[in-house]
Amino acid sequence: MPLSITLTINGEPRRIDLDDPRVTLLDLLRERLDLTGTKKGCDRGQCGACTILVDGRRINSCLALAISHDGAEILTIEGLARGDALHPVQQAFIAHDALQCGYCTPGQIMSAVGLIGEGQAGDDPERVREGMSGNLCRCGAYAGITEAVIEAQRALTSDAEKAA
Amino acid sequence: MTDPMPGLTGPRARHGSTLGQPLTRRDGVLKVTGAARYAADNHPPGMLYAVLAVSRVARGRVTFLDVEAARAVPGVVEVMTHANAPRLATDPDEKTNPFAFRLNVLQSDRVRFPNQPIAVVIAETLEAATEGAERLAPRFDEEPARAALDDGEVFTPAVVGAGSPADVAHGEVEAGLGAASHRVEATYDTPAQYHNTMETHAVVAAWDGNRLSLDLPSQALAMTQMRLGQLLGIMPGDIHIRSPFLGGGFGSKAGVSGPQLLGIMAARLLGRPVKLVLSREQAFGPVGHRAPTRQTLRLGADGEGRLTALHHHTRTATSSFDDFYEAASGASHSLYASPAIRTSHDAVRLDTGTPTFMRAPGEAPGSLALECAMDEMAEACGMDPLAFRLANYAEVEPMTGRPFSSKALRECYEQGAARFGWAGRPLAPRQMRDEAGLLVGWGMGTATFPALMFQGQARAVIRADGTGLMETGAHDMGQGAWTALAQVAADGLGLPIDAVEFRAGSSDLPDAGIAGGSAHMATAGMAVHEAAAAAIARLADLATGDERSPLFGAGNAGVVARDGRLVRRDDESRHESYADILARAGVAEIEGRGRAARDPAAGADYAMHAHGAVFAEVKVDPELGQIRATRLVGAFAVGRVINPRLVQSQLYGGMIWGLSFALHEKAVVDRRSGRVMNANLGEYHVPVNADVPPMEAILVEEHDPYVNALGIKGVGEIGITGSAGAIANAVRHATGTRVRSFPIGLADLLA
Amino acid sequence: MNRFDYVRPSSVSEAVAAGAEPGSAFLAAGTNLLDLMKGGIARPTRLVDVGRIPGLDAIETLPDGGVRIGALVRNADLAYHQEFARRFPMVAEALLSGASAQLRNAATTGGNLLQRTRCPYFYDTASACNKREPGAGCDALAGENRQHAVLGWSEACIATNPSDFAVPLAALDAVVEIEGRGGRREVPLTDFHRLPGDTPQIETVLAPGELIVAVRLSADAAAFAGHARYLKVRERTSYAFAVVSAAAALRIADGRIEAARLALGGVALKPWRAREAEAALAGASPGFESFQEAAALALAEARPSGDNAYKIELARRVIARALTLAAAGTPERLPALPGSPFASGGSLHD
Repeated sequence: MPLSITLTINGEPRRIDLDDPRVTLLDLLRERLDLTGTKKGCDRGQCGACTILVDGRRINSCLALAISHDGAEILTIEGLARGDALHPVQQAFIAHDALQCGYCTPGQIMSAVGLIGEGQAGDDPERVREGMSGNLCRCGAYAGITEAVIEAQRALTSDAEKAA
Repeated sequence: MTDPMPGLTGPRARHGSTLGQPLTRRDGVLKVTGAARYAADNHPPGMLYAVLAVSRVARGRVTFLDVEAARAVPGVVEVMTHANAPRLATDPDEKTNPFAFRLNVLQSDRVRFPNQPIAVVIAETLEAATEGAERLAPRFDEEPARAALDDGEVFTPAVVGAGSPADVAHGEVEAGLGAASHRVEATYDTPAQYHNTMETHAVVAAWDGNRLSLDLPSQALAMTQMRLGQLLGIMPGDIHIRSPFLGGGFGSKAGVSGPQLLGIMAARLLGRPVKLVLSREQAFGPVGHRAPTRQTLRLGADGEGRLTALHHHTRTATSSFDDFYEAASGASHSLYASPAIRTSHDAVRLDTGTPTFMRAPGEAPGSLALECAMDEMAEACGMDPLAFRLANYAEVEPMTGRPFSSKALRECYEQGAARFGWAGRPLAPRQMRDEAGLLVGWGMGTATFPALMFQGQARAVIRADGTGLMETGAHDMGQGAWTALAQVAADGLGLPIDAVEFRAGSSDLPDAGIAGGSAHMATAGMAVHEAAAAAIARLADLATGDERSPLFGAGNAGVVARDGRLVRRDDESRHESYADILARAGVAEIEGRGRAARDPAAGADYAMHAHGAVFAEVKVDPELGQIRATRLVGAFAVGRVINPRLVQSQLYGGMIWGLSFALHEKAVVDRRSGRVMNANLGEYHVPVNADVPPMEAILVEEHDPYVNALGIKGVGEIGITGSAGAIANAVRHATGTRVRSFPIGLADLLA
Repeated sequence: MNRFDYVRPSSVSEAVAAGAEPGSAFLAAGTNLLDLMKGGIARPTRLVDVGRIPGLDAIETLPDGGVRIGALVRNADLAYHQEFARRFPMVAEALLSGASAQLRNAATTGGNLLQRTRCPYFYDTASACNKREPGAGCDALAGENRQHAVLGWSEACIATNPSDFAVPLAALDAVVEIEGRGGRREVPLTDFHRLPGDTPQIETVLAPGELIVAVRLSADAAAFAGHARYLKVRERTSYAFAVVSAAAALRIADGRIEAARLALGGVALKPWRAREAEAALAGASPGFESFQEAAALALAEARPSGDNAYKIELARRVIARALTLAAAGTPERLPALPGSPFASGGSLHD
């Protein structure tokens, strides 16, 4: 089977010739496409640092084979801002100091974007905490993360209402 | 060198910096967009991937490695073993200083701990290198593992922690215990813990002749550069380390680790750049950990609830081949007044990697045991835990009688207790339930950490266009150094923060000391402050000595630096811009250099500590034992606060580490093999978001004229102390069960 | 990770043919299989990617009122499927108490049932494990075994099954639809996983090449929707495996229990159905006494396999509490912390 796949990454369709079927989405992004914003924290689905959106859903890219995702649409941290305009989740993370060392931050932010898209947590802090529990932060920035997600959720909801 | 912080002076940066302002992180945009480059994000042309093979045995020798099988994997370029690894210029077992930990870098076939590197496979791709490492199928001549505190011969180390004596006494402890009305003797066990920085140790190494270029996360650039120079036999100045961001450090990235050195050696062997990144599992061994402790506290108190004696003894462990001793008893040196105090340590040697500094080394486990013992004594005396601590408030440092340089602990107790609502706490345990029937408990603990300072340097420049440059080899592992140091620089240079280019995180900058001991802001901050002052003084000389300047003759009255101008102190209508001063003098730029160190006289005369009080609420299911912290309030007196937003984050982080210490973290070690059986983030539990309750960290005002001119004490570690004990005490208060083996788990509460 | 060939069949029959060849493993999301391969625990030489086979990702209501869940339905999609969650709330609660949102977004119905144990000696390839290497021995027996089985274990293996999803499925008599080269067959979920006995390496009734294509729940199972809870005790508030869990469902009429369904997680190598307890509950009045009796019956055969006697008492209490919660009625909306003792939303004891 030829190891050639097509992925749309941050809006840009890309044809990718995989040199090895073992390549995960995470290692494809980081080691072959120089999209190093997505981080490897455990490589085993236990920390969330590698969270990206695949077809709009947040997943651990370390436990996803690239070859299984032919045709998928992928959004990484690099594709979230519109030029200099940060995404509301990114803005809220800065405003609430929802980061320290910053290593888990891309995963946290992509997870938050996924969470808000899922529409299950709303602005209930307990549901946000639960919904963000797949993303470890060793520095302990959780309080700010929870606040940031709630604020971004409200901002996005109000934007959506205005648009409607 | 490319600017590691592009865009920071762009339109997104904040204006109006002064000390004490809660600026958002200057590196925030880089971090939320994924543009911040950590070591493993680099990929120089021609780079190879190196993957470690590690030992599964705790002690013995490597007798076989299937190097041929590994080499046969397509893409594998080389296998580095003890047979072909480059020899080092200095024996990695040589102790050039007490903190140059011995490294296991394939200089022999000897195995000294599980997960010790035994080979490095280098390949064109990560996948091939990984497969190659798996194919090595090592065999060992295995010796029995020594894995637990009971497994070794007990001895007393010469020094503990960063060089403190192992056994110190003041007053007559046995007499004090004998005369006491109430006595408490209790033993507390804390497990081995691993730093588990989210970024595992990584290196990208590229050699150019005898020059070495490294992307390597470091909490100690200059020390690492020096050590690598010795080991590799090259000039330290020929090593350039870039470390603009660390994905967490917590003490584990203070020196070069064995695995990182192996990556550097592989790059030399192959003559190509090499990237080596530890797997999560491999981080349980060769990059340090917090050693287990067994602490015995013996306390005596008189009828009024005043301590008559305090003996804090710690048994801990080090590796079979090096020395680091968790100085847990040190927590009892300075916190509570007692006429007799003894702190002692002994240790065993185990077949583990060498333990090292881990966030609040010594104080974290020591404060936990001390605060639990104080709680037990308060209960024995029938006193409220806070009242008991106040009854034993140390007005002077109890072991030495020295005054404190400042100590607003009383205010911390007051403000924290008021905010928490401590006054409503029933004295007896198991008295409170929530509306759902869950047991509720309130506990408290005193927080303390030494206000240390190391030596550091910085260089300031004022340029012809009136902007500033500040350089110091400082390290940002999440504390916010990029922001807070820039605030100090802007303040010192009298410039808006956006008019100052701030460079840090690179070994070609002036040595900023190590980022550890909660001392980085004091050290690098003071170096920056002094460098700025030196530059401004030279600028002032140019102006006040030039009769064409409106500042001419200001001499004795002096000038102040403000908004890019020097202003005459006694006549604010007379001022001149930096650019004008330099232009008229025909000087392209002027430079000032600053050095920071603790004033030795102040250091000798005063005891210097940060303090705090932490109040915790936990809920415990009465039948199922599951525990959840539901509220944490801390009040901290930490000297001057440069950036309250960042300081609050540091304190929150510490408090969460305290929560983790009390309820979650533990390396589960198989007694037979010595292997850590939960060497992963699925089962080595650190708190997840849902474990973390609403928190508050009150910053109590404190002015300290002695610690340093800026009055900074440091905030990186104190949050753990107090918090772990407060949570453990809250569990006791909720349930009536006193658990003395940590972390406290639901099985402990099923009675 | 070892090298492997990769094939992506486009139909169940192609998949079944490919999967029967030696060294093959089915890949769906890979959230468990890739983890095992990275650890060197699973070493398939060929991955048969079933992830895109059409027709396996539907949640269908059956004519008799039951539901058929395609093997490729993602855990999150099932849990958040409104109609499904309304009719089988404790299945949704169990799903949402497991793993993380990211993993639930990827993991599939079939894959969840096939996840392997988290026994550390199974994961540590330097340890002896009869499940990984038949006849090698079991290092967990005299090792760190506080999390291990108290029911149905053998000297050969004391591991537990980590699935949350499988526990309410076992309680509700779910049926697993399996396709192999010989055609389609059905197995009750309670018979799908095997106890270790002398062959802990054989974990399910699947023959080589057999593929789970769907899981079915009957209309009878939906009749418990009003009184159905999943309770999961764990060492972290979220993102942790169960120490002990229970799925408890009651049909209550006129103040008496008409029928009960009860299964335990975290105590055995399979989801543990407690039929004697169910029988005792039938006809009883819901309350402390009947729940205590049920709990005692469910654990009657339990014995520690090591340093884990606490799990027996804990399991009794988890059962009593889960029954209490179930009797109080299924909440309108899933709690903020699914399955957590901290999310009961009301009093512990009614």
